[in-house]
Amino acid sequence: MNAPFSWIRPEPWGIHIVPADVWVDPARAVPRALVTHGHADHARGGHGETIATPATLAIMKLRYATSAGAQAAQYGEEVALGGGVTATLLPAGHVLGSAQILLEHAGERVIITGDYKRAPDPTCAPFAVTPCDIFITEATFGLPVFTHPPIAEEIGKLLAARAANPDSAILVGAYALGKAQRVIAELRAAGHHDTIWLHGGQEKMCRLYEEHGVALGDLKLVSDAGKADLAGAIVIAPPAALNDRWSRRLPNPITAMASGWMRVRGRARQRGVELPLVISDHADWNELTQTIAEVNPAETWITHGREEALLRWCELSQRRARALALVGYEDEDD
Amino acid sequence: MEEFAALLDALVYTTSRDRKLALIAEYLRAAPDPCRGWAMAALTESLDFSGVKSSTVKALMMERVDPLLWQLSRDFVGDTAETASLLWPEPETQAPQPPLTLSEVVERLSALTRASTPKELPALLDRLDVKGRFALIKLATGGMRIGVSARLAKVGFAQAFGVNVEEVEEYWHALQPPYAELFDWATGGPAPDLAGKARFRPFMLAHPLEDGEVDLQDYAAEWKWDGIRVQLVRAGEETRVYSRSGDDISATFPELLTQLPFDAVLDGELLVRGSAQGGEAGGAASFNALQQRLGRKTVSAKMLREYPAFVRLYDVLLAEGRDWRESPWELRRATLESLMERLPASHFDLSQIVEAEDFAHLAAIRETARDEAIEGLMLKRRMSPYVAGRKAALWFKWKRDPLLVDCVLMYAQRGSGKRSSFYSDYTFGCWSGEPEAGGELLPVGKAYSGFTDAELKQLDRHVRQHTIARFGPVREVERRLVFEVAFDSVHSSKRHKSGLAMRFPRIHRIRWDKPAHEADRIESLRGLIRD
Repeated sequence: MNAPFSWIRPEPWGIHIVPADVWVDPARAVPRALVTHGHADHARGGHGETIATPATLAIMKLRYATSAGAQAAQYGEEVALGGGVTATLLPAGHVLGSAQILLEHAGERVIITGDYKRAPDPTCAPFAVTPCDIFITEATFGLPVFTHPPIAEEIGKLLAARAANPDSAILVGAYALGKAQRVIAELRAAGHHDTIWLHGGQEKMCRLYEEHGVALGDLKLVSDAGKADLAGAIVIAPPAALNDRWSRRLPNPITAMASGWMRVRGRARQRGVELPLVISDHADWNELTQTIAEVNPAETWITHGREEALLRWCELSQRRARALALVGYEDEDD
Repeated sequence: MEEFAALLDALVYTTSRDRKLALIAEYLRAAPDPCRGWAMAALTESLDFSGVKSSTVKALMMERVDPLLWQLSRDFVGDTAETASLLWPEPETQAPQPPLTLSEVVERLSALTRASTPKELPALLDRLDVKGRFALIKLATGGMRIGVSARLAKVGFAQAFGVNVEEVEEYWHALQPPYAELFDWATGGPAPDLAGKARFRPFMLAHPLEDGEVDLQDYAAEWKWDGIRVQLVRAGEETRVYSRSGDDISATFPELLTQLPFDAVLDGELLVRGSAQGGEAGGAASFNALQQRLGRKTVSAKMLREYPAFVRLYDVLLAEGRDWRESPWELRRATLESLMERLPASHFDLSQIVEAEDFAHLAAIRETARDEAIEGLMLKRRMSPYVAGRKAALWFKWKRDPLLVDCVLMYAQRGSGKRSSFYSDYTFGCWSGEPEAGGELLPVGKAYSGFTDAELKQLDRHVRQHTIARFGPVREVERRLVFEVAFDSVHSSKRHKSGLAMRFPRIHRIRWDKPAHEADRIESLRGLIRD
């Protein structure tokens, strides 16, 4: 345990904090887990003990119907993990409750970002830049073609499409945790106060957000709507429902999708998206590189996503970096 | 340029034909001249800037982006123009300049040379945003691939100005970008002066004869030959061959350009010499042989020798200094017959009238059509003028009854537009041998029509319940559902593993009752080839 940073070990199914025997976002059930945020590929069920923010634990309870072994840690609260390791959860700006994890052991500081973004988001606390020795970053949008425009522009496109097509329902595909609520909150901020209609799969998470103080305005279920209600309406559904039988009930639907992948035409066309909205809860290329520069760690480890390009950027800007081969993180659902 | 870029962007994502038309029409009404004319040229792929290639764009990017980052990005995006538009570094500071117009862009692209491109193209890219850069590079390198055909653009034009699309077609092919005379006419000005140009006239088309009969007192019958419909036009020194869509295919059939000895506009079927249609002497080969000649920009001497083309004439639109289109078919036919002796028999013959005592007799004659690889019969009202498009009850096509074969559903693909949530495109196969003795199903065709909306729902449910694998939008299904597939003919093809290709396959009946192993064998399908 004396070699620098030998206490933290990347394994294929997660990052292992050896002296405390705690795993970060493990892809399989473990006795003790630290969970960065509530997306299913990071927050798996069945751990003996789960340390996470209260909001993340609430999301996990909603999903797995149990809170056995839940141990809440507030942002900024130092938690002793054992074996001389402490953990502090810091806001990551990804979704409600999302956290970076600062680990400290014998004067060495490691940050695991989980998923994060730097763009403002009314539904969660902003990313906190925190100095460290090793910065373990995600790289979902780790290609220079990915730049996410300001969200107001994309919300403007959505509202313009609605205004131009009063006989159509605008069907917006948005991931049920985070993206849906952010799109709704930004629509409200842009002055859209009409009822927003939800696919049944979106309802519970929206209620959870509201219980955590994120106001989303008037929401109703599509299953309770008459067809006349939906002309000129904005409807939010999980991406999987976009081209499925479910959408047949909508009047002349225009299919939109809120995702960072919409930056690339082929990705939008593959999914039959007519109105691509480049809205992502992940850092884009500029945010990734800017964050590495600001945190300015001695070493950067790159986890899931397009590691190769970010690794190349680190090389070109003369930063020490390595790619970790972690399994089980999905990047399709942004 | 901003408006044109926004139009391209919107068209890329729009699947509905009506919405595409509305977008094009809206743009054409709002955009100024000559920009909108250049936009029409771009949408119909009538522009060609030889100075800029995809490799030119890549070379510019290599000077600005790390090669590995470019490569990784290009691999992900899958399109050079799009990748470059996304990665082009925005200039740090820039003296304010008026926004580029499409016509300025076209002007500057036309002036590019290989030497000036590396300096001039970046200067243009620097003045555009990401959508604008995409539009510029697509424009410069050609090949829009945005799901808009030339015809759709013209229908959009007609819709924009409330003019007849057939008239647009009539002028279109005689005019050059940016089509100033066309816009002038469409917005209330005089019709373009097209005297002395070998221009296209829209074809007269036929409705299918669904049920019922026609009286042969009023209608004449002709064979419907299995080639491609063409219009041969000579005006002064110029002779051109146009396809049914109005595309100029003169370069594909150069042997015809020297054969029309007088000014005329003639309508006929382009065929290549052979014996499959119309007998041994002076006959025509099957459509499969003609296909060897289609789509070529240059033609080798060998091609000309092995597949010599000729035109079997149906009708005359202009000749002897007169426009015959208002005249009844009978008179036009007589005129055409009188022209024949002045046309070289090597390259022209006359589509013969099929004589029959009555409709029942004609039906009996039609039954023999298959053996001669003829598509069926045309029924033309003797008093019909030659009018653009399909007009009720003037001309009918009476296709021979289709061939039928029982196939097994193998793959289904989601449709687009209205059918985007339905598995509506079906690939089906026939058995390579006895299923019990190890015969396997090989795909023989694909169809997406011939069923009702109610049947589509049933088929969609069947596909979802019997999926065994998924490949993107395609599902592989259990081999259990039999389709009775109707098709017009079958040909040998190297493109498919079964060695066969069907023409116009469609679902004739869904045989929910028939077990898959009773579907047809490849051999029986092969027996229907008449190449």
